Amino acid sequence: MKLTLKIWKQKNNSSAGKFETYSVEADEHMSFLEMLDVLNQSLLEQKKEPVVFEHDCREGICGSCSMVINGQPHGPNKGTTACQLHMRYFKDGQTITIEPWRAKAFPIVKDLVVDRSAFDRIIQAGGYISVNTGQAQDGNAIPIEKGLASEAMDAATCIGCGACVAACPNASAMLFTSAKVSHLGLMPQGEIEHTKRVQSMVTQMDSEGFGNCSNVGVCEAECPKGISIENIARMNRQYIGSVFGSQTKVEKA
Amino acid sequence: MPLKANSPEGALDDKWTKYRSTMNLVAPNNKRRIDIIVVGTGLAGAAAAATLGELGYNVKAFTFHDSPRRAHSIAAQGGINAAKNYQNDGDSVFRLFYDTIKGGDYRSRESNVHRLAEVSRNIIDQCVAQGVPFAREYGGLLANRSFGGVQVSRTFYAKGQTGQQLLLGAYQALSRQISLGNVEMYNRHEMLDLVIEDGKARGIIARNLLTGKLERFGAHCVVLGTGGYGNVFYLSTNAMGSNVSAAWRATKRGALMANPCYTQIHPTCIPVSGEYQSKLTLMSESLRNDGRVWVPAHKEDVMAIREKRMSAKDIPEDRRDYYLERRYPAFGNLVPRDVASRAAKVACDEGFGVNKTGLAVFLDFASAIQRYGKTEAHSNGIHNPDPKKIEELGKKVIEAKYGNLFEMYEKITGEDPYDVPMKIFPAVHYTMGGLWVDYNLETNIPGLFALGECNFSDHGANRLGASALMQGLADGYFVIPYTIGQFLSKEIRTPKINSDSPAFMEAEKDVDGRLKKLLSINGSQSVESFHRRLGLIMWEYCGMSRNAEGLQKGRKLIQELRAEFWKDVFVPGSDDEFNPELEKATRVADFLELGELMMVDALDRNESCGGHFREEYQSEEGEALRRDDEYAYVSAWEWKDGDDPILHREDLEFENVELKTRSYK
Repeated sequence: MKLTLKIWKQKNNSSAGKFETYSVEADEHMSFLEMLDVLNQSLLEQKKEPVVFEHDCREGICGSCSMVINGQPHGPNKGTTACQLHMRYFKDGQTITIEPWRAKAFPIVKDLVVDRSAFDRIIQAGGYISVNTGQAQDGNAIPIEKGLASEAMDAATCIGCGACVAACPNASAMLFTSAKVSHLGLMPQGEIEHTKRVQSMVTQMDSEGFGNCSNVGVCEAECPKGISIENIARMNRQYIGSVFGSQTKVEKA
Repeated sequence: MPLKANSPEGALDDKWTKYRSTMNLVAPNNKRRIDIIVVGTGLAGAAAAATLGELGYNVKAFTFHDSPRRAHSIAAQGGINAAKNYQNDGDSVFRLFYDTIKGGDYRSRESNVHRLAEVSRNIIDQCVAQGVPFAREYGGLLANRSFGGVQVSRTFYAKGQTGQQLLLGAYQALSRQISLGNVEMYNRHEMLDLVIEDGKARGIIARNLLTGKLERFGAHCVVLGTGGYGNVFYLSTNAMGSNVSAAWRATKRGALMANPCYTQIHPTCIPVSGEYQSKLTLMSESLRNDGRVWVPAHKEDVMAIREKRMSAKDIPEDRRDYYLERRYPAFGNLVPRDVASRAAKVACDEGFGVNKTGLAVFLDFASAIQRYGKTEAHSNGIHNPDPKKIEELGKKVIEAKYGNLFEMYEKITGEDPYDVPMKIFPAVHYTMGGLWVDYNLETNIPGLFALGECNFSDHGANRLGASALMQGLADGYFVIPYTIGQFLSKEIRTPKINSDSPAFMEAEKDVDGRLKKLLSINGSQSVESFHRRLGLIMWEYCGMSRNAEGLQKGRKLIQELRAEFWKDVFVPGSDDEFNPELEKATRVADFLELGELMMVDALDRNESCGGHFREEYQSEEGEALRRDDEYAYVSAWEWKDGDDPILHREDLEFENVELKTRSYK
């Protein structure tokens, strides 16, 4: 299949970017990233600069790949990262537009690569349980209801790719933050620090320049792991509860 | 040089406890003055960095990824073993130890493996305390499942994403230490050299991948948790960025690389579909509980399938060859990974492969769907169910067990595995070899430690399923925090390491020269194209089966390819910018040397064991033939640029297990 690609090219964060047009010969069995490999190979053969994009595991779990394909983060398929998207979902002769995540809190590094370290800083603000190695009691000492553990697991499957931010018209990181708040808060081990955690993480999220949530719901629709927007509702309840219902107050950084 | 394993004296099950209680400690006030570099933030690296930070050391942690959470540990599916005996099925520390030694085909060190089995129990406790959402039973207690090569149920899991959840646990512990200021995190920094001063590892040269700037980092010791080298084959289940460079740079500085020829080929991966293919995707070992592996028994059926004139379903039972069940009636489809992989290769070599490349076999769930369907109908009180109902109910059971894997398979291949059998083929998955370490996980270079997949220590010649996660976390959480004290207790008078000293400046100059050289060649072939060709050579001559003639030829081909690489590679851009092609070039350059060492090692080992199958050494029935009298040793190689590598042997002593031939007939 013959495709026309319009790809965002940008040297670095301080220079301006623009779309470049390429044509590429693809095979329907290729993954989307393999199609880009083919493009880059041909660019290198012409001694031209390849298109830079982030990728690693290529099996939908590391969260590295991050591109908006025809206006949708990770492309047209539901529950699928760009690396797992295959070319048979595209048509011969089609034009495909490829852009980076666009959000103030995710500055562009080069071409399709953005800086997502804001996510790391949100986790550093409290996305953990304060237990040192060696302090743990027996793993079966605290039974956890099966349904509850599985609800926590569903929230914990977030791969930190940032598609939720890229999809949201406000570039909000509420789905990402609330998934971690929910995962830890649902587990009895994480409940103890819950009040402080939810405030710290929300405060950090706000200070990174992510937008607010206005219940558009596109984050859930575009999330390759199907993280539920219910987590946002849960985090809002818990945040309000922690601010008005407890002595713990986390000051803005 | 004499290799000293430094295993403690005493009875096997006392060694670690006694050693831990008597080893040297570093006082809290001294810990604050000691710097430790940890390279890699996967299970081993992140666990080590977090724990060493908790203890009060000053830790600097490095990853080439944009975040520590991206390390490839995240992709592990199945689970993590631990000798908890929660299932009351007779598991014990000794049994886990024994299974691991036997599964490794008696090529690992008893004392290390026993310690691994001991601390396996602490790992589960620790991870639960961190909030890892392991699967649970209705009573609220932890669930277990079975994995290949063992007769107990000791594998803990979190759906098919156990690696992800364990890595996030370690990442969160690490994040906490970063926020407390105990760990300084360097994302997008790649280690490009090791710095040795007065014979001790004292720092690294790292490249800031965003700016391209080379930076010198000094510390009292260096810990590597940098993963395996499966990507030397180009196509593997590893992530695209996984590389050997940190470990290989250490080897070039004098560390010994042990058993590099021990590579694990996983039997159930999605086959190669074309020349553009960039990586291979694993289908979990758990599928072989219910899937039956077969190829057509007649060549005309094979051709009909390849030409799409027939589908697998058109072939009647009596024209199928369930070759694992035929060859290994006792274990059937659940033989260990190395055995299943070789059998698939034999079937395809004989011309029975079922896709257009001839390199695929069927993994069929039709029998399981029938079996489960009938049971379900019966338990739902449906008598004389029609075949459609049986199929419907059976598919539901299969979906509950393997739903996410079936979905992944369909996404990649476009075929519905509930309806037609999966096509699978073996692929490179894990490397048992790695940097040689003693009982303290210290390499032969004082102050240089290696953890997890990047060392050679615990899996011998073949790793059992669900043991990689166990080893990474054992090394990081429960071994290195203690054993590092044996080295650091002698360093409390050593002042801060000065990274402007001649050793550092020289190492930086070396790296800079290498980068400039790569950029200046300005040849005509991409890095990727060299990597692909290296992979083909490795797979052909050092893959699932090897022979002396092929290994000699392979070594020569790699030497030629390496020479061509340094003459004709094309790396665009410059070294003072974000340049992924340059990163790739440094990694492939290192693979081009490691590949040769693997050939040398495989040629030297005149026996078949675990993942290393030498065609000259097989029984009359085609099974692996180990030669314990001559080869019960660890091969630790010293690399010499432009000269033959030098072999150092660590003889393995077995005091607690009897060496036997593995049989699955």
